[in-house]
Amino acid sequence: MSTRDRDRPENRITRRQALACLAQWSGAAVVWTVSGGVPHALGATRGDEMLKSAGGDALTFVQISDTHIGFKKDANPDVAGSLRRAMADINALPTKPAFVVHTGDVSHLSKPEEFGHAKELLQELRVDRVHTIPGEHDTIDDGTTGYLRYFDHDGNGKSWYSFNQAGVHFVGLNNVENFKAKTLAALGDEQLAWLKKDLSSVSHSTPVIVLAHIPLWTIWEPWGWGTADSAEAIALLRPYGSVTVLNGHIHQVLQKVEGSVSLHTAMSLAYPLPTPGQAGIGEPGPVTVASAELGKLLGTRQVSVVRGRHELALVDTPLDRA
Amino acid sequence: MTIRLSRTATGAALSMLVAVALVCATLARAAEPSQITITKFTFAPKEITVAPGTKVVWTNKDETPHTVASNDKSFASKGLDTGDTYEHTFDREGDFAYICTVHPFMTGVVHVHK
Repeated sequence: MSTRDRDRPENRITRRQALACLAQWSGAAVVWTVSGGVPHALGATRGDEMLKSAGGDALTFVQISDTHIGFKKDANPDVAGSLRRAMADINALPTKPAFVVHTGDVSHLSKPEEFGHAKELLQELRVDRVHTIPGEHDTIDDGTTGYLRYFDHDGNGKSWYSFNQAGVHFVGLNNVENFKAKTLAALGDEQLAWLKKDLSSVSHSTPVIVLAHIPLWTIWEPWGWGTADSAEAIALLRPYGSVTVLNGHIHQVLQKVEGSVSLHTAMSLAYPLPTPGQAGIGEPGPVTVASAELGKLLGTRQVSVVRGRHELALVDTPLDRA
Repeated sequence: MTIRLSRTATGAALSMLVAVALVCATLARAAEPSQITITKFTFAPKEITVAPGTKVVWTNKDETPHTVASNDKSFASKGLDTGDTYEHTFDREGDFAYICTVHPFMTGVVHVHK
């Protein structure tokens, strides 16, 4: 299918079709790609093949997102149980991941007991470290103050940070607080200045992986599914040969590739949300599905960086694969 | 002289009555809080007009938490879970635009004038 064909409405793959397709691949993880904002399943084994060919020369970690600890409504009365299932899957991976990243909305209402419960649960992960960034549900009453009491990455009271591991430069951002344009959240000038300074010491051949809760590209502006000043952040990242942006917030897998920058949203571990601007829904609220369907819409993502390859292997795995 | 005094007295009494009635009417109006429902990620109604002294009550009917925060920082709620309410009494005249800080695309205005 050419790009033009794919853009025709009759050829667009709906989320339902994609999910039906996914359900048929029993037990399979999926690598996704996108053309014109439409998710498109490529096949079940590409990520695995990349990993196999990589041998021991790969850095593997897992992304989880949007656990919304404290949520108790019909869309998922047991979010802690969903997180536990995901952690059991991660702990059972044949290749032990180096660490886990959580791309925000750790809690549902920014309550101290929710942060505390989340932190306690995450200790069940048998990995060296869990790197978190805040979502807008983690900054409801007092900005990042409450969040940082539990999840201060460097201990210096900032919700953004960077670190290096296995030759990869990781950047964690907070794009849920500044409301420059009124309709979309933003990174803000202070954080952009920090990012510029942080990247100035990183060579352009270093793979860069960016964590940000809200997508760093505009998926659906009426629902706030974008970052007001993302273009400024992407401009700072463009000189790098391999840039991968991992986002949460929209509770579904979408991908956009722009030159050397690829951007990916992840599934949630709490509840599904509608597809961008989904007809007949009107707002980005929790979608209640039959309980047997829920586990097919929640999941985790395994990410592998293979030395010498610009493209990362991403494997999105739902909780229920059969 | 007497008649004139009496007329003045009657006029004053009438004026008082009218004034008291007006104050009562204003108080009655002020005592009736205006309700705004937060539903489907919108403030309903999106714009309301109230008299000074009116209490406005917001009720979150969504499964998602929301807040009510004015652009001029004169009022701001904590996070409102499903069924939670927030109230604010508007004492001075003006147009008060506000947003949900969790979902800044959600906007509303309270117009306060006599």
